[in-house]
Amino acid sequence: MSPILELQNLQKHYANQKAVDNVSFSIQQGSIFGLLGPNGAGKTTLLRMITGIFFPDNGNIILDGKPFDPLNDILKIGYMPEERGLYKKMKIGEQALYLAQLKGLTKAEAMDKIKYWFQKLEMETWWNKKVEDLSKGMSQKLQFVITVLHQPKLIILDEPFSGLDPVNANLIKDEIFSLAQQGSTIIFSTHRMEQVEEICDHIVLMNLGKKILDGSVANIKQQFKQHTFSIQLGQLPNNLLAESFTVQNQQQNKLTVKINPGYNSNAVLQHFLQQECLIESFNEVLPSLNDIFIQLVHNSHSTTRAFQIA
Amino acid sequence: MNKIVTIAQREFLSRVQKKTFLLTTILLPLIIFVFYGMIIYFSIKSTENFRIAVADKANIFEGKLNGKDNVSFVFVPNETPESLKAKVVDKTYEGYVYIPEHFSLQKRDSLKLVSGKTVGLITRENIQKVLNNTLEEKRLLSSMQISKSQLDSMQQEQQIAFATVDGVGNDDAKVGVSFAMGYASGFLIYIILFIYGTMVMRGVMEEKTNRIAEVIISSVKPFQLMMGKIIGIGTVGLLQFCIWITLMIGLNLLLPLLFPQFAEQMASQPIQPAGAQAINAVKSSGLIGTFLSGAESINMGMIVACFIFYFLGGYLLYSSLFAAVGSAVNEDPQDAQSLLLPITMPIIFAIVIMTKAVNDPTSGIALFGSLFPLTSPIVMMARIPFGVPETVPYWQLIVSMLLLVLGFIGTTWLSGKIYRVGILMYGKKPTWKEMWKWAFRRN
Repeated sequence: MSPILELQNLQKHYANQKAVDNVSFSIQQGSIFGLLGPNGAGKTTLLRMITGIFFPDNGNIILDGKPFDPLNDILKIGYMPEERGLYKKMKIGEQALYLAQLKGLTKAEAMDKIKYWFQKLEMETWWNKKVEDLSKGMSQKLQFVITVLHQPKLIILDEPFSGLDPVNANLIKDEIFSLAQQGSTIIFSTHRMEQVEEICDHIVLMNLGKKILDGSVANIKQQFKQHTFSIQLGQLPNNLLAESFTVQNQQQNKLTVKINPGYNSNAVLQHFLQQECLIESFNEVLPSLNDIFIQLVHNSHSTTRAFQIA
Repeated sequence: MNKIVTIAQREFLSRVQKKTFLLTTILLPLIIFVFYGMIIYFSIKSTENFRIAVADKANIFEGKLNGKDNVSFVFVPNETPESLKAKVVDKTYEGYVYIPEHFSLQKRDSLKLVSGKTVGLITRENIQKVLNNTLEEKRLLSSMQISKSQLDSMQQEQQIAFATVDGVGNDDAKVGVSFAMGYASGFLIYIILFIYGTMVMRGVMEEKTNRIAEVIISSVKPFQLMMGKIIGIGTVGLLQFCIWITLMIGLNLLLPLLFPQFAEQMASQPIQPAGAQAINAVKSSGLIGTFLSGAESINMGMIVACFIFYFLGGYLLYSSLFAAVGSAVNEDPQDAQSLLLPITMPIIFAIVIMTKAVNDPTSGIALFGSLFPLTSPIVMMARIPFGVPETVPYWQLIVSMLLLVLGFIGTTWLSGKIYRVGILMYGKKPTWKEMWKWAFRRN
């Protein structure tokens, strides 16, 4: 399958810093893609270039096989920025209609789609309410509807769950999955790692404007695994010392062991079997994305920098 | 282009459908109307009548004193001060003047008016005028031994006509009306620039603080958003003005019905629809009647056409600057204040030039002010009523209009660049240096 979006050596400089420095990656159609990074890593700048708000200083953006044309490709993209809001005094129905028309839909098309989404997310009764009457979660839902209303091929969500309660967060999450199944591609920018692990197929980690990690979630975890296993035993053996592993942690009958170089997991099992211990469970401990994230970002000695433009 | 229209539509409708729009648009002229109605009513009604009993024992006034406004005189030759006092107390008269037999004109004996209560300033002045004028006339007649008609003809003022060398007459009435109209239309443009300029600025600030700007910017170009807003609010302004003018014309036609005395004055001056606005302007400066003849000698069509051009040009020029300021500041309105200063300065400068220009519409400073695009909407509108092409030659008008068009293209371009960066910036207030960089950065 061809990638829906391809970034080639993308660069954006501000007066005194490189906000995005030579970033390249590609996103497959129908995937859920996570763009991660600490505050000030350049995520928002990168997204603004993908949505046509900023022009890159250098590099190319290929959307759907063709160079990205900000004016005409608007309909292909749905962008929910991190700094988002709505007209407080405007009625919700009118607001959705207005924003859909700005995307380029005709009034009739927009009406059909608004009705569909409002029904789906049980928002029909909201039509004549004003945004200022909505709770934060409700307006977030509305914001999501506005973003996906025009059936964009590429949906970009910047921190979509901030301020949502678990019920609404799950609701939106399910919608994201079903949109991906229908063939939309979703770019998901966040610094909440547990959500990324749950949702994303593929991630890119950025720091200080550079890409420092790129791959599928499973691969990355394999890549960063520490060869540690957790073992639950029926009873502790007499001898916990072996050449094949080192015990890192012991909680009653539960051990966390790190396999020494040159051995594999079978050697560990053998050791306990030989001592006639009952092995209740044995599984590999993979690092969480959170650990990897902190490890990588910490190693690069970065302190978060403020987003600045002038 | 289509999107600009969609945005302008929303800006227009969201303002027109508000209750406050109806209130300010309909109520404001009504309040002004009631206000002027009351002024006129009270000036006609004036104060209550003031009857003065004159016991003229010396027969100085020979039984004749003309009343003035609310003051009237009644001769009561047979009364004494005591009986007059009693009559003032029981309110037959409001006051009395007792002139004893030995009173002499030449010796300048003083007269004394005794009244029931303190006499108001205007009434006092009326009484003084009548008595002094009459006494002065009597003194002149008695010392010069001439007849009343000889005296009248001597005192008559000579008519002096004013004309320019190219033969165009400009009588007092016309200059007066030009002055009033110039002042009024210059001031009106000044008010428009401020009202609708700040409206644009607040609209932009609202979008920024509501954080909707980036949502919209991802579907339309920032320039489209800015222009849509400017055009939408400009249309609101035009609509509001049309309603005001219609209302004022309507109410002015109503005025004579409510005040019949006033109608007599107006009857001799037929109102033309185009001229009604001007008449209104003149009336509001309190110079009724006298100027109505002058108003007809002015090219009203030209003034209205120029007014609309300078209104739109000035609005477009300044509103984009206001939009740029709105995009640069955050929640704090105080920040807007300090950034607004460089924008308000040329407007205030224009008002200063305008006050000079209405007095001397051909002076160098007036010419400069009416060509320089930042001041021309106000200053040129102050000069145009003095006559095109007599006072403002065609070339000046054309150059001024061209410069204004270039000016607003320039400011819109500049503001567009500041706006594009500012609308997405949160956090601290930018400095002038930063805004300058935004404006002149490539792409």
